[in-house]
Amino acid sequence: MMSNMLPPALILILGAVLIPFLKGKAKAAYMLALPIVVFIVLLNLSLGNTWVTQFWGYEIIMGRVDKLSLIFSYVFTIMAFLGVLFALKVKDNLQHVSGLIYAGSTLGVVLAGDFLSLYLFWEVMAVSSTFLIIASRTKASREAGFRYILVHLIGGLFLLAGIVLYIQKTGTIAFDYIGLTGIESYLIFIGIALNAAAIPLHAWLPDAYPMGTPTSTVFLSAFTTKSAVYLLIRTFPGADILLVIGGLMVSLPIFYAVLENDIRRVLSYSLMNQVGFMLVGIGIGTDLALNGAVAHAFCHILYKALLFMAAGSVLQMTGKIKCTEIGGLYKTMPLTCLFCIIGALSISAFPFFSGFVSKSMIVSASAHEKFFLIWLVLQFASTGVVDHAGIKVPFFTFFGHDSGIRAKEPPLNMLLAMGIAAAFCVGLGVFFQPLYNMLPFPVHYEPYTGAHIVTQLQLLLFGALAFTLLILSGYYVPEVRSKNLDADWTYRKLGRFAYSVLDKGLNSLNRFSEGILMGAVKTVAYFFKSATAHIALFVSVNIWLLLGYRDKRLEIKKARLYSDILEGTLPIGIGAAVAISFILLVFILT
Amino acid sequence: MKKELTIFDNPQNVKRLRIGFFIALVLVLIAEFFVEMHGEFSVEHFFGFYAVYGFISYVLLIFVAKLIRKIVMRKEEYYDE
Repeated sequence: MMSNMLPPALILILGAVLIPFLKGKAKAAYMLALPIVVFIVLLNLSLGNTWVTQFWGYEIIMGRVDKLSLIFSYVFTIMAFLGVLFALKVKDNLQHVSGLIYAGSTLGVVLAGDFLSLYLFWEVMAVSSTFLIIASRTKASREAGFRYILVHLIGGLFLLAGIVLYIQKTGTIAFDYIGLTGIESYLIFIGIALNAAAIPLHAWLPDAYPMGTPTSTVFLSAFTTKSAVYLLIRTFPGADILLVIGGLMVSLPIFYAVLENDIRRVLSYSLMNQVGFMLVGIGIGTDLALNGAVAHAFCHILYKALLFMAAGSVLQMTGKIKCTEIGGLYKTMPLTCLFCIIGALSISAFPFFSGFVSKSMIVSASAHEKFFLIWLVLQFASTGVVDHAGIKVPFFTFFGHDSGIRAKEPPLNMLLAMGIAAAFCVGLGVFFQPLYNMLPFPVHYEPYTGAHIVTQLQLLLFGALAFTLLILSGYYVPEVRSKNLDADWTYRKLGRFAYSVLDKGLNSLNRFSEGILMGAVKTVAYFFKSATAHIALFVSVNIWLLLGYRDKRLEIKKARLYSDILEGTLPIGIGAAVAISFILLVFILT
Repeated sequence: MKKELTIFDNPQNVKRLRIGFFIALVLVLIAEFFVEMHGEFSVEHFFGFYAVYGFISYVLLIFVAKLIRKIVMRKEEYYDE
């Protein structure tokens, strides 16, 4: 039955192309309908492979349908709908088209059962998301977009190299569990890990995401990193290195989130921290941990989008998004403030909000496996989330010092998108069973035990107490306009330095070598040129002497011939004569 | 002009919020006596472990972040030069 319908990826990608031809209400309805159609298609899918075609003897599978790919497809489709709804009033076709192509290609990646279609959609994802970054049409966003696409194209090359070697080794383009075994698996791993913003390949994320428009960053926050998480769950579950990378990702970015002034950059570092939790889950690799990673991705996509929507609303209505410039906005934006707080409570994993039912699975899994250090790091990071995302984002935006800005609430469509996302955050936190039923492995986990609720509340509330005491005593990190160095320094400053070193060093070496080489060539050329002249003269003078030329006339003839040869103005006949005389000479002498 | 919310302009309300918060802190500590704790690690059996760990983590986070700021902070225009 499904074979006569288009794959979800193509519905969104081909559908997006028509957007510029529509206007007004029809356009709005059409854009909202696309993700709904996809969702209906997804609901009607049965497990197994669909949309299978033959291509040069290889099997292209555009619909690998199992519980893992389905749950990711669901949340990406819900996210596409929310993103479209949030951006509905935007008068910029570039954003609408690239946003839906981006969402569509992500669905293509998630449902791909073979490396060929995976790689194709992977690159479409990179390119379409770049347009969302440069959509702000500022110099800074163009430059960040340029860096973003360069980094992702390099990541894509790693993936491609890995895929080529993989196909050569296995003889098939189909893929499932790979595991870190050979060079091809490491190349594939690097390609995917880069998209997951895995440290140290992460700098593109906090560099580029805050540069998007108020609405496009919402799209960006959802798709790239979580599709990489999906692929890691499928191809590298239980890889020990993910414990290390995940451990670094949950802890290091929170320090930057504490320091950062731009709210959307705070949220970007927070995004890395959340992906870190998922990577730790994948690294642990047990059923509970993998379920946790999937559930956390699902919940995270929605509350992170909610937080980015709240930040986007503030940016759109005030034109500002830096801690030093905003504050006290709850007075005129109470609904946005409320939605932001719901997002903050969810990401902090407060009981009865979505983060609680998903993150606790990963933390519990680390405890079950007796990974004490990892467990301590995760608990530390949980407190860190309370600080930067749970308190800092809502506090400095909507409370804190009164900036005097009296901005209105954003338009209805934006409020509605935030409202739906907020409803998901609360709904998933309270009625978690439907989510658990969708997870890839059977769930034997109860999030709401007395001990769990109490210990989590202790952790969160006493963290908040620390905040209260620090801010009252003036010891909290002051808000400062600043730029904090991160790994992108290597290609933004070190790269420029290296370039100038290469420019000065290599180019002067170049000039020096050129000088030597050209001198040598000139000398050699002159030698051969004058050698011919001298040989020609030697032969000619003897002929002239035989012919009876003497003294002055001989001198004139010699001088004329000599200059004719050196300047190349020799008449062809004489040139030929010289050549022949040269050959004659050689013939005589040998 | 729409009506503004000014609830936190009143110091009395901020004070009430703070008192409510402190009561909640005491409550979650006391609650530990009434639930069955089942930790995987021995540290979890100390009374108030999570409260102490949360508090210390938070303070540590802020002070280490301040140290990191000394190393990594640059002017906003750093990359434009």
